[in-house]
Amino acid sequence: MISLAGRDILHSWGKFVLTGLGLGLLIGVTLSMAGVYRGMVDDAKVLLNNSGADVWVVQKDTQGPYAESSSLRDDVYRGILGMRGVARAANVTYLTMQVRSGNTEIRAMVVGFEPGQPGEPNYLISGRRVTRGHYEAVADVSAGFAQGDRIRIRRHEYIVVGLTRRMVSSGGDPMVFIPLKDAQEAQFLKDNDAIISERARTALNPALNRPGVPGLLDAINASQANSRNVNTVLVDVADGHAPEAVAADIRRWKHLQAFTRAQMEEILIAKLIATAAKQIGMFLVILAIVSAAIVAFIIYTMTMGKIREIAVLKLIGTRNRTIAGMILQQALGLGLIGFVVGKISATLWAPAFPKYVLLETGDAVRGLVAVMVVCVLASTLAIRAALRVDPATAIGG
Amino acid sequence: MAPGSGIHIEGLSKRYGEGAAAVDALKDVNMSVAAGEVVGLIGPSGSGKTTLLKCLGAVTEPTRGRMTIGGEVIYDMGWKMPDLRALRRDRIGFIFQAPYLIPFLDVTDNVALLPMLAGRNNGEARARALELLTALDIAHRAQAQPSELSGGEQQRVSIARALANRPPVILADEPTAPLDSERALAVMRILDQMARQYRTAIIVVTHDEKIIPTFKRIYHIRDGRTVEEAGEGRALG
Repeated sequence: MISLAGRDILHSWGKFVLTGLGLGLLIGVTLSMAGVYRGMVDDAKVLLNNSGADVWVVQKDTQGPYAESSSLRDDVYRGILGMRGVARAANVTYLTMQVRSGNTEIRAMVVGFEPGQPGEPNYLISGRRVTRGHYEAVADVSAGFAQGDRIRIRRHEYIVVGLTRRMVSSGGDPMVFIPLKDAQEAQFLKDNDAIISERARTALNPALNRPGVPGLLDAINASQANSRNVNTVLVDVADGHAPEAVAADIRRWKHLQAFTRAQMEEILIAKLIATAAKQIGMFLVILAIVSAAIVAFIIYTMTMGKIREIAVLKLIGTRNRTIAGMILQQALGLGLIGFVVGKISATLWAPAFPKYVLLETGDAVRGLVAVMVVCVLASTLAIRAALRVDPATAIGG
Repeated sequence: MAPGSGIHIEGLSKRYGEGAAAVDALKDVNMSVAAGEVVGLIGPSGSGKTTLLKCLGAVTEPTRGRMTIGGEVIYDMGWKMPDLRALRRDRIGFIFQAPYLIPFLDVTDNVALLPMLAGRNNGEARARALELLTALDIAHRAQAQPSELSGGEQQRVSIARALANRPPVILADEPTAPLDSERALAVMRILDQMARQYRTAIIVVTHDEKIIPTFKRIYHIRDGRTVEEAGEGRALG
C-alpha cells in the first residue's frame, strides 16, 4: 500500500520543511530551557566536587556559604583540625564583586583560599597554581581573562597565573581564586578615607580612648583595620571516617553548622536554584502548550486544504483509519522534522549562552517522546474534522 | 435485459425531512442499465439528479426501493448492504466533473490506489493501472504528477481510476463539462469503448448538448421522477 502521508510530504516538502523548521526552532528553545536548568544543577555539583571538600563548616543557624552569608573567625579551623576523622581543614572566603581588567569589568565570585588546601581549584587548563602569598590569581576561563592578564580587585592588582574551568557560582558568575589573606582584605578592608574617619570617631569616644590607658586606642584601631573572618571552613575527611559522623561531631562540639556534600547539594539544588527551576518549568509548560497549538493549527490547516481529496478518498472506499493514519503520520513527521531541527539548533547555539547549558541525551529522548505525544494530541482535531467529511460532497456537493 | 448484470433500481424514493417540511427528492424512480451500456441521465437543476447519483453511488440511503448492482442487492425495502464503503471501492467507479485526482500521487498511483485499497499488492495494482492507462492512451504520462497534465489527460486518468477495480457500474457526473466538443466526444468514445471492453454499465449525468445525441437511451428526470426515452445514438466514430 502506498504511504499517502509520505507521498503528500514529498509532494509539498518545501512547505513541510519550512513548517518543521519553524516548529524546530520552538523545540530548540524548549530543549535549551531544559539545558539551562541542567546546566545550573551541573554547575552546582561541579562546584562542590571541585572544591575538594567533604564537609562545609559554616556559621551556626545559617546555610552558607553559597545560599546565605556566613561568617566565622579564621582560627576556628584549628579546633576542627584536632577532631577525630578530620584529615585537612582550611579557611575559605567567597564574595561576589566586580573585577576589572583594563577597561572591562566583570562580575565574579572571588574565592580566598590557602594553596594546597581544600578550596583550591583542583585542576587547571593552563598556567600554574598560585604559589605566592599575595597578588596572584587563578580564574575560570569563562571570565574571559588570559594567562598573564592583570586584574584589579578593590585596591590591588593581581596577575592571572592560571586558568581553570567549570568553576562558577550558583548565579553563573565565574570564580576568581586569590590567596586567603588578600581575599579577607578585599572583603573586609575599608578604604583610606573611611579608616581615617573611623579612627577619628574612635579617638573621640571616651570609652575607647581612656586617659591613663596607653596603647588601648592603638589596639582598637589595629583590630578595626584587620579582618579575622572567613565564610566557611572546608574539611577533608580522613579515610575510613564517614562525613556524616564528622559533621555531627562538629555540630555537637563546636556549636557550628556543618553540612556534608549531599546536604550541600540539597541546599544548592533544592533551595538556591529552586525558584529558577520553577521558572524554567513554567516556560517549558508554556512552550509545550504553544508547540501543541502550533502543530494542531498547522495540521488542521493542512487537512482542511485537502477536504476535497479526503472526500474523494472516502467516496472511493478508503477506510477511515487509513485517512486518520495519513494525518497522524504527517503530524508525527512534522514533529520529527521539528525535533531534529530543534536538537541541532539547541546544540549549535548552546555554547553561545553566557551560562553553561547542558543538553542531556535523556532530556532529548524525553523531549522526542513529548513532541510525539503533543503531535498525536494535536492531530486529533484534524482527524475529527477529516472523519466528519461526507463522501457525498465529492458528488456535486 | 438480464437483471443479474449492470445496475437496476425499482421504486427508489428519497425523502428529506419530516412532516410538513418533508421534501420528496426522488419518487418511485425506476432505472435499468445493462452491462456494456452507456446511458444518459438528464434533467434541470433541482430535478433530483444529484440525489439519484448519491443513492446510486451508495453515499445516500434511499427511503424506499430496491437497488441491485451486478445482481447483488444493495437496498431492498429498508434493508441495506452492511459495508457500503467496500461496495463503493469494489463495485462502483466514479468520474467527476473535475477529475479530482489526488495531487500528491503520480498518474500510475492515482489509478493503482483503488486496487491497493481493495487489497491487491503494489505490483499487481500498478500493472492493472498501466494496462488501463495504455488502453486510454495515456501511458506515456504514467510518471507525471496530476498538475502536469492537461484537462483532457486528467479526465482520462480519472476514467482509468474509475475502471481500476473493474466495477460493474460507473457513475459519471458531468464528465465532459469543462471540455471542448472534440475532447468531449473523445471522452464519450472512451467511455463507450470501456463499457463494451470491460462489460461495465455507465450512467452519465450531463447537461452537455454536445454529447446528448450520442446516447442510445436517456433517462429524463424531472421533479424526482424519471422517464426513459430512446436517444439518437449518433455514431461516435
